[in-house]
Amino acid sequence: MRHLVLHTAANVLRLVESTRTDTKQPSSGYAAGARAILPLSPAVFLFGASFGVLARSAGFDPVASIVMSATTFAGSAQFAVVSVFAAGGTVVAAIAAAVLLNARYGPMGLAAARAFRGGAARRVAESQLLVDESWAVSQEGGRFDIRRMLGAGLVLYAGWVGGTVIGVLAGGTLGDPATLGLDAAFPALFLALLVPLIRDRRAFAAALAGGGIALLLTPLTPAGVPVIAATCGVLFGLLPERGERPERARAERPRAISSEAPS
Amino acid sequence: MSAAWTAVLVVGLATVAIKAAGPVLAGDRQLPQRTGRMVVLVGPALLAALVATQAFASDEELVLDERGAGLLAAAAAIALKAPLIVVVLTAAAAAAFLRVVA
Repeated sequence: MRHLVLHTAANVLRLVESTRTDTKQPSSGYAAGARAILPLSPAVFLFGASFGVLARSAGFDPVASIVMSATTFAGSAQFAVVSVFAAGGTVVAAIAAAVLLNARYGPMGLAAARAFRGGAARRVAESQLLVDESWAVSQEGGRFDIRRMLGAGLVLYAGWVGGTVIGVLAGGTLGDPATLGLDAAFPALFLALLVPLIRDRRAFAAALAGGGIALLLTPLTPAGVPVIAATCGVLFGLLPERGERPERARAERPRAISSEAPS
Repeated sequence: MSAAWTAVLVVGLATVAIKAAGPVLAGDRQLPQRTGRMVVLVGPALLAALVATQAFASDEELVLDERGAGLLAAAAAIALKAPLIVVVLTAAAAAAFLRVVA
Protein backbone atom coordinates (compact mmCIF):
# COMPACT_ATOMS: atom_id res chain seq x y z
CA MET A 1 0.00 0.00 0.00
CA ARG A 2 2.87 2.36 0.85
CA HIS A 3 4.47 1.54 -2.50
CA LEU A 4 1.21 2.29 -4.22
CA VAL A 5 0.99 5.68 -2.54
CA LEU A 6 4.62 6.50 -3.34
CA HIS A 7 4.26 5.46 -6.94
CA THR A 8 1.02 7.31 -7.32
CA ALA A 9 2.74 10.43 -5.95
CA ALA A 10 5.70 9.91 -8.29
CA ASN A 11 3.36 9.49 -11.22
CA VAL A 12 1.49 12.69 -10.36
CA LEU A 13 4.83 14.52 -10.40
CA ARG A 14 5.74 12.97 -13.73
CA LEU A 15 2.32 13.89 -15.08
CA VAL A 16 2.77 17.51 -14.02
CA GLU A 17 6.29 17.49 -15.49
CA SER A 18 5.14 16.05 -18.79
CA THR A 19 2.35 18.63 -19.06
CA ARG A 20 5.01 21.32 -18.93
CA THR A 21 7.20 19.79 -21.61
CA ASP A 22 4.54 18.25 -23.80
CA THR A 23 5.11 20.70 -26.65
CA LYS A 24 8.08 18.49 -27.53
CA GLN A 25 6.15 15.24 -27.50
CA PRO A 26 2.53 15.94 -28.24
CA SER A 27 1.41 12.37 -28.84
CA SER A 28 3.08 10.19 -26.22
CA GLY A 29 3.56 10.01 -22.47
CA TYR A 30 1.61 10.69 -19.31
CA ALA A 31 -0.01 13.93 -20.46
CA ALA A 32 -1.20 12.37 -23.71
CA GLY A 33 -2.90 9.61 -21.73
CA ALA A 34 -4.48 12.10 -19.35
CA ARG A 35 -5.69 14.23 -22.26
CA ALA A 36 -7.05 11.22 -24.13
CA ILE A 37 -9.24 10.17 -21.21
CA LEU A 38 -10.43 13.66 -20.24
CA PRO A 39 -13.62 13.49 -22.36
CA LEU A 40 -14.74 10.53 -20.26
CA SER A 41 -13.81 11.86 -16.83
CA PRO A 42 -17.16 13.59 -16.05
CA ALA A 43 -18.91 10.28 -16.74
CA VAL A 44 -16.46 8.37 -14.53
CA PHE A 45 -16.90 10.92 -11.75
CA LEU A 46 -20.70 10.67 -11.85
CA PHE A 47 -20.65 6.88 -11.95
CA GLY A 48 -18.27 6.94 -8.99
CA ALA A 49 -20.81 9.14 -7.23
CA SER A 50 -23.66 6.77 -8.04
CA PHE A 51 -21.58 3.89 -6.69
CA GLY A 52 -21.22 5.86 -3.44
CA VAL A 53 -24.97 6.43 -3.29
CA LEU A 54 -25.85 2.80 -4.03
CA ALA A 55 -23.26 1.39 -1.63
CA ARG A 56 -24.65 3.53 1.14
CA SER A 57 -28.21 2.45 0.48
CA ALA A 58 -27.05 -1.19 0.44
CA GLY A 59 -25.76 -0.73 3.98
CA PHE A 60 -22.03 -0.19 3.36
CA ASP A 61 -20.44 2.11 5.87
CA PRO A 62 -18.98 5.22 4.18
CA VAL A 63 -15.35 4.22 4.72
CA ALA A 64 -15.93 0.75 3.21
CA SER A 65 -17.38 2.30 0.03
CA ILE A 66 -14.41 4.63 -0.39
CA VAL A 67 -11.87 1.91 0.43
CA MET A 68 -13.52 -0.30 -2.19
CA SER A 69 -13.21 2.37 -4.90
CA ALA A 70 -9.59 3.01 -3.90
CA THR A 71 -8.53 -0.66 -3.91
CA THR A 72 -10.80 -2.47 -6.36
CA PHE A 73 -11.03 0.51 -8.76
CA ALA A 74 -13.27 -1.31 -11.24
CA GLY A 75 -16.79 -0.06 -11.76
CA SER A 76 -18.64 -3.16 -12.91
CA ALA A 77 -17.30 -5.38 -10.10
CA GLN A 78 -18.13 -2.79 -7.44
CA PHE A 79 -21.68 -2.32 -8.73
CA ALA A 80 -22.05 -6.10 -8.79
CA VAL A 81 -21.05 -6.46 -5.13
CA VAL A 82 -23.42 -3.70 -4.06
CA SER A 83 -26.33 -5.07 -6.07
CA VAL A 84 -25.84 -8.60 -4.69
CA PHE A 85 -25.96 -7.19 -1.15
CA ALA A 86 -28.94 -4.97 -1.97
CA ALA A 87 -30.80 -8.04 -3.26
CA GLY A 88 -30.04 -9.88 -0.02
CA GLY A 89 -27.38 -12.17 -1.52
CA THR A 90 -24.55 -13.78 0.40
CA VAL A 91 -21.03 -12.41 0.76
CA VAL A 92 -19.71 -15.41 -1.21
CA ALA A 93 -22.03 -14.63 -4.12
CA ALA A 94 -20.94 -10.99 -4.08
CA ILE A 95 -17.24 -11.91 -4.10
CA ALA A 96 -17.70 -14.51 -6.85
CA ALA A 97 -19.53 -12.05 -9.11
CA ALA A 98 -16.86 -9.37 -8.63
CA VAL A 99 -13.91 -11.70 -9.19
CA LEU A 100 -15.55 -13.09 -12.32
CA LEU A 101 -16.08 -9.57 -13.65
CA ASN A 102 -12.50 -8.57 -12.91
CA ALA A 103 -11.00 -11.72 -14.42
CA ARG A 104 -10.73 -9.85 -17.75
CA TYR A 105 -7.83 -7.88 -16.25
CA GLY A 106 -5.83 -11.13 -16.46
CA PRO A 107 -5.61 -11.18 -20.28
CA MET A 108 -5.43 -7.37 -20.41
CA GLY A 109 -2.46 -7.35 -18.03
CA LEU A 110 -0.84 -10.15 -20.02
CA ALA A 111 -1.20 -8.20 -23.26
CA ALA A 112 0.38 -5.14 -21.63
CA ALA A 113 2.98 -7.06 -19.57
CA ARG A 114 6.04 -6.33 -21.71
CA ALA A 115 5.53 -2.56 -21.45
CA PHE A 116 5.95 -2.58 -17.66
CA ARG A 117 9.37 -1.69 -16.21
CA GLY A 118 11.16 -2.13 -12.90
CA GLY A 119 10.83 -4.56 -10.02
CA ALA A 120 7.83 -6.46 -8.75
CA ALA A 121 6.67 -3.75 -6.30
CA ARG A 122 6.60 -1.10 -9.01
CA ARG A 123 4.80 -3.44 -11.40
CA VAL A 124 2.18 -4.30 -8.80
CA ALA A 125 1.64 -0.60 -8.04
CA GLU A 126 1.48 0.57 -11.66
CA SER A 127 -0.75 -2.31 -12.74
CA GLN A 128 -3.43 -1.05 -10.33
CA LEU A 129 -4.11 1.84 -12.71
CA LEU A 130 -5.10 -0.72 -15.34
CA VAL A 131 -8.83 -0.39 -16.03
CA ASP A 132 -10.80 -0.87 -19.25
CA GLU A 133 -10.56 2.78 -20.24
CA SER A 134 -6.86 3.37 -19.42
CA TRP A 135 -5.96 0.11 -21.13
CA ALA A 136 -8.01 1.04 -24.18
CA VAL A 137 -6.41 4.47 -24.73
CA SER A 138 -2.92 2.96 -24.45
CA GLN A 139 -3.23 0.69 -27.48
CA GLU A 140 -0.80 1.88 -30.12
CA GLY A 141 -1.20 -0.57 -32.95
CA GLY A 142 0.55 -3.68 -31.69
CA ARG A 143 2.32 -1.80 -28.89
CA PHE A 144 1.14 -0.80 -25.44
CA ASP A 145 2.16 2.66 -24.20
CA ILE A 146 2.55 2.36 -20.42
CA ARG A 147 2.92 6.12 -19.89
CA ARG A 148 -0.41 6.77 -21.57
CA MET A 149 -1.95 4.07 -19.37
CA LEU A 150 -0.55 5.65 -16.19
CA GLY A 151 -1.57 9.19 -17.19
CA ALA A 152 -5.08 8.09 -18.12
CA GLY A 153 -5.30 5.79 -15.09
CA LEU A 154 -4.49 8.60 -12.66
CA VAL A 155 -7.20 10.84 -14.10
CA LEU A 156 -9.69 7.96 -13.92
CA TYR A 157 -8.60 7.06 -10.39
CA ALA A 158 -9.05 10.63 -9.17
CA GLY A 159 -12.47 10.84 -10.85
CA TRP A 160 -13.65 7.46 -9.56
CA VAL A 161 -12.50 7.80 -5.95
CA GLY A 162 -13.44 11.50 -5.80
CA GLY A 163 -16.86 10.69 -7.24
CA THR A 164 -17.36 7.94 -4.65
CA VAL A 165 -16.55 10.35 -1.80
CA ILE A 166 -19.05 12.88 -3.15
CA GLY A 167 -21.68 10.17 -3.63
CA VAL A 168 -21.24 8.83 -0.10
CA LEU A 169 -21.52 12.36 1.32
CA ALA A 170 -24.34 13.61 -0.90
CA GLY A 171 -26.44 10.46 -0.70
CA GLY A 172 -29.57 10.35 -2.82
CA THR A 173 -29.57 14.03 -3.80
CA LEU A 174 -27.52 13.28 -6.93
CA GLY A 175 -29.28 12.51 -10.19
CA ASP A 176 -28.93 9.32 -12.21
CA PRO A 177 -26.05 9.65 -14.74
CA ALA A 178 -28.17 7.68 -17.22
CA THR A 179 -30.52 10.66 -17.68
CA LEU A 180 -27.50 12.54 -19.08
CA GLY A 181 -26.81 9.63 -21.43
CA LEU A 182 -23.48 9.00 -19.71
CA ASP A 183 -23.91 5.22 -19.80
CA ALA A 184 -23.80 5.51 -23.60
CA ALA A 185 -20.42 7.26 -23.42
CA PHE A 186 -18.56 4.07 -22.50
CA PRO A 187 -19.42 1.84 -25.50
CA ALA A 188 -18.81 4.89 -27.73
CA LEU A 189 -15.33 5.33 -26.28
CA PHE A 190 -14.50 1.65 -26.74
CA LEU A 191 -15.75 1.71 -30.35
CA ALA A 192 -13.71 4.83 -31.15
CA LEU A 193 -10.61 3.12 -29.75
CA LEU A 194 -11.35 -0.18 -31.48
CA VAL A 195 -11.66 1.19 -35.03
CA PRO A 196 -7.99 2.25 -35.44
CA LEU A 197 -6.86 -1.20 -34.25
CA ILE A 198 -8.61 -2.91 -37.18
CA ARG A 199 -5.62 -2.72 -39.49
CA ASP A 200 -5.64 -6.17 -41.03
CA ARG A 201 -7.98 -9.08 -41.58
CA ARG A 202 -6.83 -10.90 -38.45
CA ALA A 203 -7.63 -7.92 -36.22
CA PHE A 204 -10.99 -7.63 -37.98
CA ALA A 205 -11.73 -11.32 -37.45
CA ALA A 206 -10.64 -11.14 -33.79
CA ALA A 207 -12.92 -8.14 -33.17
CA LEU A 208 -15.86 -9.77 -34.93
CA ALA A 209 -15.33 -12.99 -32.96
CA GLY A 210 -14.88 -11.12 -29.65
CA GLY A 211 -18.03 -9.06 -30.12
CA GLY A 212 -19.99 -12.06 -31.40
CA ILE A 213 -18.96 -14.33 -28.53
CA ALA A 214 -19.81 -11.63 -25.97
CA LEU A 215 -23.29 -11.08 -27.44
CA LEU A 216 -23.95 -14.79 -27.77
CA LEU A 217 -22.95 -15.59 -24.17
CA THR A 218 -24.63 -12.60 -22.48
CA PRO A 219 -28.02 -14.33 -22.05
CA LEU A 220 -26.42 -17.70 -21.28
CA THR A 221 -23.69 -17.07 -18.68
CA PRO A 222 -23.13 -14.98 -15.53
CA ALA A 223 -21.94 -11.41 -16.15
CA GLY A 224 -18.18 -11.28 -16.67
CA VAL A 225 -17.95 -14.59 -18.54
CA PRO A 226 -18.87 -13.13 -21.98
CA VAL A 227 -15.95 -10.68 -21.97
CA ILE A 228 -13.44 -13.29 -20.76
CA ALA A 229 -14.65 -15.83 -23.34
CA ALA A 230 -14.27 -13.15 -26.04
CA THR A 231 -10.51 -13.53 -25.58
CA CYS A 232 -10.86 -16.63 -27.81
CA GLY A 233 -10.91 -14.14 -30.70
CA VAL A 234 -7.11 -13.99 -30.39
CA LEU A 235 -6.95 -17.47 -31.95
CA PHE A 236 -7.18 -15.69 -35.31
CA GLY A 237 -3.58 -14.70 -34.62
CA LEU A 238 -2.68 -18.25 -35.63
CA LEU A 239 -3.84 -17.59 -39.22
CA PRO A 240 -0.94 -17.04 -41.65
CA GLU A 241 0.12 -13.51 -42.61
CA ARG A 242 -1.18 -12.18 -45.90
CA GLY A 243 1.41 -13.24 -48.49
CA GLU A 244 2.84 -16.17 -46.51
CA ARG A 245 1.32 -19.40 -47.79
CA PRO A 246 -1.21 -17.42 -49.85
CA GLU A 247 -3.30 -20.37 -51.07
CA ARG A 248 -4.18 -21.30 -47.50
CA ALA A 249 -4.88 -17.71 -46.48
CA ARG A 250 -7.29 -17.32 -49.40
CA ALA A 251 -9.07 -20.48 -48.46
CA GLU A 252 -9.51 -19.47 -44.81
CA ARG A 253 -10.45 -15.87 -45.29
CA PRO A 254 -14.14 -16.15 -46.19
CA ARG A 255 -14.74 -18.75 -43.53
CA ALA A 256 -13.03 -16.67 -40.85
CA ILE A 257 -15.27 -13.71 -41.56
CA SER A 258 -18.59 -15.27 -42.49
CA SER A 259 -18.71 -17.68 -39.55
CA GLU A 260 -19.04 -14.70 -37.16
CA ALA A 261 -21.41 -12.72 -39.34
CA PRO A 262 -24.36 -12.63 -36.85
CA SER A 263 -22.51 -10.18 -34.57
CA MET B 1 -16.17 -7.95 10.59
CA SER B 2 -19.32 -7.04 8.66
CA ALA B 3 -20.21 -8.81 5.42
CA ALA B 4 -19.64 -5.57 3.49
CA TRP B 5 -16.11 -5.17 4.83
CA THR B 6 -15.32 -8.83 4.08
CA ALA B 7 -16.41 -8.34 0.46
CA VAL B 8 -14.48 -5.07 0.17
CA LEU B 9 -11.24 -6.62 1.43
CA VAL B 10 -11.45 -9.94 -0.44
CA VAL B 11 -12.49 -8.34 -3.75
CA GLY B 12 -9.84 -5.62 -3.33
CA LEU B 13 -7.03 -8.13 -2.74
CA ALA B 14 -8.21 -10.40 -5.55
CA THR B 15 -8.36 -7.47 -7.97
CA VAL B 16 -4.86 -6.27 -7.04
CA ALA B 17 -3.58 -9.81 -7.69
CA ILE B 18 -5.42 -10.22 -11.02
CA LYS B 19 -4.22 -6.87 -12.35
CA ALA B 20 -0.62 -7.47 -11.24
CA ALA B 21 -0.36 -11.10 -12.44
CA GLY B 22 0.55 -10.42 -16.08
CA PRO B 23 2.99 -7.54 -15.51
CA VAL B 24 4.78 -9.34 -12.64
CA LEU B 25 4.87 -12.92 -13.94
CA ALA B 26 5.18 -12.45 -17.71
CA GLY B 27 6.93 -9.08 -17.69
CA ASP B 28 10.30 -9.47 -19.36
CA ARG B 29 9.78 -12.76 -21.06
CA GLN B 30 10.24 -12.69 -24.82
CA LEU B 31 7.08 -14.26 -26.18
CA PRO B 32 7.27 -16.84 -28.96
CA GLN B 33 6.21 -15.34 -32.30
CA ARG B 34 2.88 -17.18 -32.45
CA THR B 35 1.98 -16.10 -28.91
CA GLY B 36 3.00 -12.53 -29.73
CA ARG B 37 0.68 -12.49 -32.72
CA MET B 38 -2.19 -13.63 -30.52
CA VAL B 39 -1.43 -11.15 -27.71
CA VAL B 40 -1.67 -8.29 -30.23
CA LEU B 41 -5.25 -9.39 -30.91
CA VAL B 42 -6.34 -9.17 -27.25
CA GLY B 43 -6.97 -5.45 -27.96
CA PRO B 44 -9.44 -5.86 -30.83
CA ALA B 45 -11.14 -8.92 -29.29
CA LEU B 46 -11.70 -7.45 -25.81
CA LEU B 47 -12.57 -3.95 -27.01
CA ALA B 48 -15.23 -5.40 -29.31
CA ALA B 49 -16.57 -7.45 -26.40
CA LEU B 50 -16.69 -4.33 -24.21
CA VAL B 51 -18.55 -2.42 -26.94
CA ALA B 52 -21.05 -5.28 -27.24
CA THR B 53 -21.68 -5.75 -23.51
CA GLN B 54 -21.70 -2.06 -22.54
CA ALA B 55 -24.13 -1.21 -25.34
CA PHE B 56 -26.43 -4.24 -25.42
CA ALA B 57 -26.18 -6.14 -22.12
CA SER B 58 -28.42 -5.42 -19.16
CA ASP B 59 -27.77 -7.82 -16.30
CA GLU B 60 -27.85 -11.13 -18.15
CA GLU B 61 -30.11 -10.07 -21.00
CA LEU B 62 -29.56 -8.57 -24.42
CA VAL B 63 -31.47 -5.32 -24.81
CA LEU B 64 -31.76 -2.68 -27.49
CA ASP B 65 -32.15 0.63 -25.69
CA GLU B 66 -30.89 4.23 -25.86
CA ARG B 67 -27.29 3.04 -25.46
CA GLY B 68 -27.59 1.23 -28.81
CA ALA B 69 -28.83 4.43 -30.43
CA GLY B 70 -25.93 6.30 -28.81
CA LEU B 71 -23.53 3.73 -30.26
CA LEU B 72 -25.02 4.23 -33.72
CA ALA B 73 -24.56 7.99 -33.39
CA ALA B 74 -20.97 7.40 -32.22
CA ALA B 75 -20.31 5.18 -35.25
CA ALA B 76 -21.50 7.98 -37.53
CA ALA B 77 -19.22 10.46 -35.74
CA ILE B 78 -16.28 8.04 -36.07
CA ALA B 79 -17.00 7.61 -39.80
CA LEU B 80 -16.87 11.42 -40.13
CA LYS B 81 -13.44 11.34 -38.42
CA ALA B 82 -14.67 13.33 -35.43
CA PRO B 83 -12.26 13.68 -32.48
CA LEU B 84 -12.74 11.37 -29.48
CA ILE B 85 -14.49 13.94 -27.32
CA VAL B 86 -17.06 14.61 -30.07
CA VAL B 87 -17.67 10.87 -30.48
CA VAL B 88 -18.27 10.40 -26.75
CA LEU B 89 -20.47 13.50 -26.42
CA THR B 90 -22.49 12.56 -29.52
CA ALA B 91 -23.32 9.17 -28.00
CA ALA B 92 -24.27 10.68 -24.63
CA ALA B 93 -26.35 13.42 -26.26
CA ALA B 94 -28.20 10.94 -28.51
CA ALA B 95 -29.04 8.66 -25.57
CA ALA B 96 -30.07 11.56 -23.33
CA PHE B 97 -32.25 13.07 -26.09
CA LEU B 98 -34.06 9.77 -26.69
CA ARG B 99 -34.67 9.33 -22.94
CA VAL B 100 -36.16 12.83 -22.69
CA VAL B 101 -38.40 12.19 -25.72
CA ALA B 102 -39.49 8.75 -24.53
